[in-house]
Amino acid sequence: MSAGTTKLAVTVTEVTPVNELVTRFRFERTDGGLLPTFSGGAHTVVEMKDGDITRLNPYSLMSDPMDQSAYTISVRRDDEGRGGSLFMHQKVKPGDQMVISYPVNLFALDLRAKKHLMIAGGIGITPFLAQIKQLAATNGRFELHYACRNPALGSYVDELTAAHPNNVHVYFDDQKQAIDLENLLDGQPLGTHIYVCGPKGMIDWVCAKARDLGWPREAIHYEEFLAPQSGKPFEVKLAVSNKVITVGEHQSLLEAIEAAGVDAPYLCRGGACGQCETAVIGYDGKFLHHDHWLEDDEKASGKKIMPCVSRFEGKTLVLDR
Amino acid sequence: MTIQFNDETFRGDYTFRNSQWAIDRFPFPFHEDSYMYSVNMEQHQGGPKGSVYEKRFDVDEHYVSEMKDRAIVLAEDPLRCQSLPHMTLAGWDLLELIMVSKSEDYPDLFELHRDGNDWHWINKPMGIDQRFTFMDETTLPYGPMEYITRQTQGDFAVLDQRDDNLWMDAGMVTTQADWSLDFDIGMNFFEWHAPVPKAHEMGIFVRALKFLLNVQQGSPARRLNWTMTVNPLLDTSPENYHKWGVQKTTLTPENVGEKQFLRVELQTFFRLPRSNALVFPIRCYLIALEDVVTVPKWGRRLHRVLRDIPVELATYKGFIDNRPLIVDYLSKFDDGLPTSDGIWPEKDTEPPLQA
Repeated sequence: MSAGTTKLAVTVTEVTPVNELVTRFRFERTDGGLLPTFSGGAHTVVEMKDGDITRLNPYSLMSDPMDQSAYTISVRRDDEGRGGSLFMHQKVKPGDQMVISYPVNLFALDLRAKKHLMIAGGIGITPFLAQIKQLAATNGRFELHYACRNPALGSYVDELTAAHPNNVHVYFDDQKQAIDLENLLDGQPLGTHIYVCGPKGMIDWVCAKARDLGWPREAIHYEEFLAPQSGKPFEVKLAVSNKVITVGEHQSLLEAIEAAGVDAPYLCRGGACGQCETAVIGYDGKFLHHDHWLEDDEKASGKKIMPCVSRFEGKTLVLDR
Repeated sequence: MTIQFNDETFRGDYTFRNSQWAIDRFPFPFHEDSYMYSVNMEQHQGGPKGSVYEKRFDVDEHYVSEMKDRAIVLAEDPLRCQSLPHMTLAGWDLLELIMVSKSEDYPDLFELHRDGNDWHWINKPMGIDQRFTFMDETTLPYGPMEYITRQTQGDFAVLDQRDDNLWMDAGMVTTQADWSLDFDIGMNFFEWHAPVPKAHEMGIFVRALKFLLNVQQGSPARRLNWTMTVNPLLDTSPENYHKWGVQKTTLTPENVGEKQFLRVELQTFFRLPRSNALVFPIRCYLIALEDVVTVPKWGRRLHRVLRDIPVELATYKGFIDNRPLIVDYLSKFDDGLPTSDGIWPEKDTEPPLQA
């Protein structure tokens, strides 16, 4: 299987500031054709040509899945990050041509659910925007609980409450509003599925509470994309392609492999999907595992690494790639 | 019209025949002189012109008669087509995929005109002219999956994807190699594959599932599978085993070339965009042994494969009792010369059968 997914050539047709931190981008096909439909919860991987560096960042599609004229994404600016969101905010202008991937869904609705209970934190709202449009068009039953820092940073709060006044509940941290999770979960009808997207703390909190209350594992869905973290540069030997590469401070191992011209599989680039799992042939040093794909014993074994988000510190690392 | 459609039967008097065109493009499944399971997946992005791999949904000379046979099966047993309630969106996905593909790939046979959700579908070989509202089931004579698969060759398993597994939650299954949708409905990937020998121990299904879960939109995949069938029967179902199983005892040295068929499935996999389900079309191609051996390379190879195949596999594929008869017949078309790699007939380069 070749790396990633089929690509789409698109043109940026709108760049719209949503608030101080979030900007929305609209993509249309450069050839004027229709974009593929998708399912709510899907993401696209956006290729960014930032000087000598090619960044590939996943963003949830937030537009109506049935609308084939354009895709929209919302990007939260991360001033501490490695630069992908800063590139989108500072460099991308209407009229720019970009390459994005076909939609991939790692956070799909379970269409058997009698009710979809959505819990969002901050920019984690974006996949729900598409899912809500999908459910609204098919008379699906949903309820959204959305926590944000304050009204000024509450992306799409007004649109959501206007369109679905009875199904959307918003909580502002600065007004000391918080989701009463235990009561919320307790009151759900049989056949409800929970979906959570937001900061890691929120995901862990919701999943743990649901498990404690006896919710079936299959009824709990979450999506957390990790951004690759910066770290000390390190050297890696790629045994199959017989190359020695250096992973830069603000580069991920996967990006360094790609920059060396080696075709490596990936999908989410956020430590979630398992597609880039790579076998370790030998090492002398310490792994910095950041993914939530490998089990703890696999991480301890020193035999596998997820190069999209994980790093290494030490003398030598040899990979089966 | 570019294809002449046969008027033929897959039951009773068995008038099914392959033309020379159909023999030449037959998807022979063995790339070497032996066979063992493998995941053997490749991208389904076209293939050599005229081959069964070229189009997303191959249409051939058997189309109209196969659809008549499907209608007979469904009239006798409506449970061959089932769709659990949450799979309706996937049914619309499949209808859209097939209508768009066929109208683009065979514009002389099929037309699709769309104005928003007002759709107009024309199927010339079957004489169908249908206007309907996309996503409104009340505007079609059947549910969307049943409607379109009554007009498309091959069985269809529509698989829901959840909990890192695939679930057999909808399908149209009338041309199957001895498995039952009614039995498998609602099962997951490991459950419905439980009867297959050896492959579990080989880790085949773990690898295959991992691959299938990652089949993405815009990147369909395909593989071949095969078995053996006596008489050109499309419906070799467990439900009707009492009708066709007994026919396996009618083989004789005189009729084996004419009555024994190699049955090949072109299996394809497409991610369905709106539902995130996976559709698994299983297209059945039949060829009589006497037609296989008109291609010297295929005659040599089929003899060697069936002669050497492990007993478990010959049993699972249902021809262990007839194997001596089949191998004896095929041995007359194997002169021991080497064969070239790959599945293609190579009629111009492989030597004719040596006396």
